Amino acid sequence: MHSNSFHCSLSLSLYSSTMDRAHSRRHVASMKQSLFDQGYLDEQFIQLEELQDEANPNFVEEIVTLYYRDSSRLISNLENTLERKPLDFNKLDTIMHQFKGSSSSIGAKKVKAECTLFREYCSAGNAEGCRRSFQQMKKEYAALRKKLETYFHLARQAGPLETAFRPK
Amino acid sequence: MAAAGNLLSTEMGAGKLHVLAVDDSHVDRKVIERLLKISSCKVTVVESGSRALQYLGLDGDKSSIGFDGVKVNLIMTDYSMPGMTGYELLKRIKESSVFREIPVVVMSSENILTRIDSCLEEGAEEFLLKPVKLSDVKRVTDFIMRGEGKNGTRSLKRSRSDDCTPSLTAAFTSVSHPRDLSSSPPPSIFHSKKSRSSID
Repeated sequence: MHSNSFHCSLSLSLYSSTMDRAHSRRHVASMKQSLFDQGYLDEQFIQLEELQDEANPNFVEEIVTLYYRDSSRLISNLENTLERKPLDFNKLDTIMHQFKGSSSSIGAKKVKAECTLFREYCSAGNAEGCRRSFQQMKKEYAALRKKLETYFHLARQAGPLETAFRPK
Repeated sequence: MAAAGNLLSTEMGAGKLHVLAVDDSHVDRKVIERLLKISSCKVTVVESGSRALQYLGLDGDKSSIGFDGVKVNLIMTDYSMPGMTGYELLKRIKESSVFREIPVVVMSSENILTRIDSCLEEGAEEFLLKPVKLSDVKRVTDFIMRGEGKNGTRSLKRSRSDDCTPSLTAAFTSVSHPRDLSSSPPPSIFHSKKSRSSID
């Protein structure tokens, strides 16, 4: 928010807030571009943004919030199942299948890739591989959450228009 | 479309398809609901095959057969669900004299040929790969609207567009004729999903 000596007339402050919004939108756009460039998100995220409209301007944020709430249960489940000896690879695979599905539905690209890797380790009966990829998945999951929190915060500031564009 | 709209409005009220969506994932339920609402459908979402059967009145409670209520024009179900799978739900629906005419679309995150084939074989209209896109839903709902619009019975011919592939016609004919596997064309998902990098 720029505070300066120009805030002396309505038209100028409107201009200023318009510029703020334009600046915010550019910020949102560049953050989104970066999330795609770094592989955090895939096309599905854009698909979800395209479902937003004036009546449902925060649909993606709602879905992502739901995802993090729902999937925490699956993660606990995985954690508990990983503590059993010997490992029940079938059960692990089943839980991870669900988790991967939800992750895919929100466009969580890196998380999804770790899920795939985990399932491959399950098929191979590789306990160490499972544990390692589980840890890595949790890192990606947490990192994405932070990024998306920032992104949604910026998007709310910028206003509902023009968030659904395709990054280059 | 006007003619179809008139026919639909007598059956469905307000010209909208009523779609029953079935998925155990809360996230996916929310998404499919939104996709369907954008596609101008009335939506009922349930979390399991058994709930779906309950909703339809097919859960073995004889007193609910011949009820006045639920009119569903399309069922979209996830394949992998705990308890009753989407395939099992599909079978139950197709075994029902009351509900077998309702088109069923199966959705799955896994691109497994035998799975796809057995669903189409069992009478599914279409098999969609997840994550399901708006274009998929629109294509399916448009198709159902057109199909239902012709004298209230299924049309065995439909115009081809780039989106449509022979499999839908084949699935269509399976309603009245057993599906001839030797002449069956590849499922539509190959046509529309080949470019997806997310398939694994």
